[in-house]
Formats: sequence, C-alpha cells, structure tokens
Amino acid sequence: MDQFTLNLLVVGATFVLYIGIAIWARAGSTSEFYAAGRGVHPVVNGMATGADWMSAASFISMAGIIAFGGYDTSAYLMGWTGGYVLLAMLLAPYLRKFGKYTVPEFIGDRFYSQTARTVAVICLIVASITYVIGQMTGVGVAFSRFLEVDNTTGLFIGAAIVFLYAVLGGMKGITYTQVAQYIVLIIAYTIPAIFIALQLTGNPIPALGLFSTDTSTSQPLLSTLNSLVTDLGFQSYTGQHDTTLNLFLFTMTLMIGTAGLPHVIVRFFTVPKVADARSSAGWALVFIALLYLTAPAVGAMARLNLINTFYPEGVSQPAIELSAIDNDANLAWVRNWAKTGLLTFDDKNGDGRIEYNAYKDPTDGKPANELTVNRDIITLANPEIANLPGWVIALVAAGGLAAALSTAAGLLMAISSAVSHDLIKSQINPGISEKGELLAARISMAVAVVVATYLGLNPPGFAAQTVALAFGLAASSIFPALMMGIFSKRINNSGAVAGMLVGLVTTVVYIFLHKGWFFIPGTNSFTDADPMILSIKSTSFGAVGAVLNFITAFVVSNATKDTPEDIKELVESIRIPRGAGAATDH
Amino acid sequence: MADTSSSNAYWKANIRMIQISLVIWFVVSFGFGILLRPMLSGIKFGGTDLSFWFAQQGSILVFLVLIFVYAWRMNKLDREYGVEE
Repeated sequence: MDQFTLNLLVVGATFVLYIGIAIWARAGSTSEFYAAGRGVHPVVNGMATGADWMSAASFISMAGIIAFGGYDTSAYLMGWTGGYVLLAMLLAPYLRKFGKYTVPEFIGDRFYSQTARTVAVICLIVASITYVIGQMTGVGVAFSRFLEVDNTTGLFIGAAIVFLYAVLGGMKGITYTQVAQYIVLIIAYTIPAIFIALQLTGNPIPALGLFSTDTSTSQPLLSTLNSLVTDLGFQSYTGQHDTTLNLFLFTMTLMIGTAGLPHVIVRFFTVPKVADARSSAGWALVFIALLYLTAPAVGAMARLNLINTFYPEGVSQPAIELSAIDNDANLAWVRNWAKTGLLTFDDKNGDGRIEYNAYKDPTDGKPANELTVNRDIITLANPEIANLPGWVIALVAAGGLAAALSTAAGLLMAISSAVSHDLIKSQINPGISEKGELLAARISMAVAVVVATYLGLNPPGFAAQTVALAFGLAASSIFPALMMGIFSKRINNSGAVAGMLVGLVTTVVYIFLHKGWFFIPGTNSFTDADPMILSIKSTSFGAVGAVLNFITAFVVSNATKDTPEDIKELVESIRIPRGAGAATDH
Repeated sequence: MADTSSSNAYWKANIRMIQISLVIWFVVSFGFGILLRPMLSGIKFGGTDLSFWFAQQGSILVFLVLIFVYAWRMNKLDREYGVEE
C-alpha cells in the first residue's frame, strides 16, 4: 500500500472514532452533552483540557522552531507550561466560584459595566482570531502534505474541514471526544520520538535521550549537534543568541497569555468543585508535559537527522548528490515535501550537490545555502527523515490534525459564544429567540473562519509564532483584567476598561508595526530583526502591554469613584470556596 | 459563610502560599533558565549546562510539583478555616 492511501486510511479511521464517540455519548444522555467536564473525574478533564490546549502550534510547529532555534526557543517550552501555575493559583478557583459561563460575563459583572463586557468581547475576538490563523497555517501544512497538494490548496481544504467540524457543534462539548483526540495526539507524537531516540542514543525515553550519548560519535548528543551546526556556519544549538531582555519578555508573554486565553479558562468554569479547579489545572499540565518534555528532544534529533541526511559522509565531506535526491527511495520525503512548496532545494553553484550551510559563496558573497526547510514541516517530516515505517508517518498526520481541529473548534466556539451570548443576547437584542442566537453563533463562526483563512494565506509567521502573537494579545488585555478583578477590590469599571483598551491597543499596534497592518505584507515599518523598542520583538510585547494595562487600571481607578459595596462583597465571596453550588450554563 | 475576620485570615494564608509558589516559579524558569545562566554555566549536564536543562525540561517538572502541592495545601487550608465545599 502506498503512503498516500495509508495516510487517508489512518486519518479517516481517527475521524470515524471521534464521530463514533460523539454519537455514543449523545445517545447516552442529553445533559451530559451540554455539561462538558461536570461530573467528570479531574484526570479525565485534565486530558480533555490537554487536547483543547495543544494545537497545531504545539504539535506541528513547536519542535521545528526548536530544531532551528535551539536554546533561544526555550521560551515556548517554559511559557506554554508555566502559565498553568498562574491559572491554578490566580484565576481558575475564583472564576469557578463565580460560577458563570464566559470570560466577558465575569468581567462585565465584576466591573459592573456593559462597556467592560463589550471591550472584553473585542479582546477575546482579536486574540482568538489571531490564534485561529496559526491553526490554519498548521492545518494547511498537514493537508498539503498528506493529500500531496500545494500549500494554498491544503489551507482551503483545511479551512473547510475546520468549519464543518466546529459547526456540527456539540463535538467540543463532549469530553470523551477530546480524550480520544488527546490519546491519538500523544501516541502520534511519542512513537516516532521513541524510534528516533532509540536509533540515535539507544535510550527509549526521548526526554532522557536528549541529554544522553549519541551512539555514533560516543559524545553527548547535544555536543555532537553543536559541533555539526557550527561546522556548517550556523549559530550553536545550546548557546544564547537572542537578548536576555527579549527572552525574558517572550517567556513572560506566553505564560500570562496562557492564563488569559478564554477557551482554556472556560474549561475550569464547569468542574464540579472549586478544589477540582486547582487540581484540574495540575492534571492538564501532566498531560501537556508529556508532549512538552518530548518536544525539545524531537527538535534536536530532527536537526541532527536533517544534517546527517544531507551530509551522509559527515559535514567535512561533500554534501549529498542531486541525483540521490531524485532517485533514492529513502529520500522520497524530500521530493514529496518539495511538491508542497514548503521545502525547496536549488543547486545554485551547479556542482551537482545540495549544500546546507550558513556560509556565503566566496565568488559573489551571496548565501551559499541551497536548501530551505519550512519550520512547520519538521514534526510531520520527522518520521520520514528517520525512515520510519509508513504507519508511523500516517499516525503523525492524524495526530497533527487532531491537535489543530480540537483547538480550532474550541476557539471558534469561544468566538461564537462571545458574539451570540455576550454581545447580541445581553446587549443588542435581548429578546432574540434561541434559534436566532444559534444562527448568530454560526454566522460569527463562518466569518471568523473566512477572516482567518484569508489572513492565513500570508501568515505573519510559522504556526507557533502566529499563535505566540495571540498569546501576547490575551496577555495584555484579558489576564490583567481577570487578575485585578479577583485580587483587588479597588479597581473599578473605568480603570478596568481603560486598562484593557491601553493593553490591547498598544500590543495590536506594536504587532502591526512589525508584522504589517492586518498582517498584510509590506505594510510594516519595523522588523523583528531590528525592532522598534530595544530588542523587544513583536511576539514579546504582550508582557509590556500587560504592565501598561495594570498601571493604567491602577491610576484611573484611584482617580475615579470607589467600587460599590455590593461589588466588594462579590470579590469577598469569590475568594472563598464555600457555597459555590453547581456550575451554571447559559 | 465564615465570619469576616476568619475569611480575612484565610485569604492572607492563601496569598502567602501563592507568593512562595510564585517565587519558586520565577526562580526555576526566569532565574535558572534565563537570568542566572551566565553564572550557572559552569555546571555541566548532558553535553550542555544545567541552565539549558532547566529552560527546556526542569522548569516544567517544578511547575507540576508546584500546582499539586498548592492544590493539596489549599484543600487543607479550606478545611482548617471551614470554608470547604
């Protein structure tokens, strides 16, 4: 059976599994259908949260970014896990006690202001749409490879499937579908990593293999990798090349963004008890850590395998011959990925070999490198680079789609409930029928998909980088408002609204100045290589936006009227677990 | 609902626990992983230095311990102050 058919079969089988579980759970009981997570054990809920959380950015993109960025990309690893500490201690238990359903609802009630609620809806939509663009990029990569079409066609097919998947609705509400998606995703990520770790180090646990000995050189794996990349003129793998300031702010942005993203926060609204909100965050991180501890190993080992593929005799010897790439069965992956346009090679110097390095050509001073590899293909191409069996390759395609679809659906649900519930039902047209509300939800979902697909044609970065921008937006707007709402009684309506607006606007403008207005190429005034302020890249600005948000809220609140007594009592009550009652749905 | 002075004490105890946890959270990630790397570069680990390990794996393991310890201590605190569900 050829790889194409195998991919279709395995991906198809996982889809049948998700739909089958959805139907089975639906037939079981109707109330179960609406109550995602209620009455479900915190461990199971944690697993479902893991599937919700880990998207194309974590699964498809992150290891590739690490492979080419080395130590500097540690921000992704620390940032996207450290945020759970903040969630468990600063937000989740109190929001669970508050007991409503959406994030804008909490902000509207706590800051006794419809304006605050509307601003929160805007923040939520801006962050979520940016996040969906990143998912579209990842889905596009996955579909282009496994359907063997170009990247743009892959993106359109992916967008159509994401839309259908989200509109069929309810899917997201079923915890067990997400549990199945988590299991597919983690198996798909771990199996190739185990194979590769065994090949390179003899250690079956990839996370440990990263720090053990490379059996072919008898040197530590990371030392081998460092000497290979520096021999080819690249910057060292384990060294720091970014500024400490940017690294610090980027890590902070991803951490507080994690705690400010509405589609993750809502999962804690519906756990049975306040105490469960705390432990659910821990269990979610357990299941996330399984992938995140493996990811740096996948990245480093993929880079090593990539170099060894192009320099089969070692980096001091001539590179691989062009005729081998055209004919060798083990190098079919290079030809296949070249079809998607995401990997390109060009024998510029006409020596019949494809060189991969960071040197300049001595004759014309131009880069001598003849191979470009899109970061987002690394995880998907990894099993092919290591010559693993066909079923492993197919499994990885299925895992990538599970990650992207579950998160994209979750985000679209968050966007549509914000529009239909927080905007239309509560403000614009309170008398709207249930049917009308549902229609509004679907229309807003469709609009979000169209906008994200259009912007995804010229994505502002690799999937994980685009998603990082979304985290910056959530970090600068939603997280500070939620935290101040719980930990301060003094922050009032005007302070919160001013803070959110200042945080969101400064961050959006900073991102657009570097990535182009509405991500349209060529409209940027600065680049991340030479940023506007110090060495702060656009992906790292969220933390600065958050500080501006805190300061603005504090100053404005102290200059205006104190919060009313009933709001002070509300804050008192959410700080104490007792009396939470059952979680409410809208 | 517990009386105000007792719930104030509960909140203070909670804040104290959060402060301690967040200091550890900051030290292992931003400290060991980023800011203190030049100082810790002498401690070798698996072909690189210990800071690299903290940045890529160690901090994640500490985060896990932090959340579960916090959840366990808070459950105890909830019962001590009689504010559990």
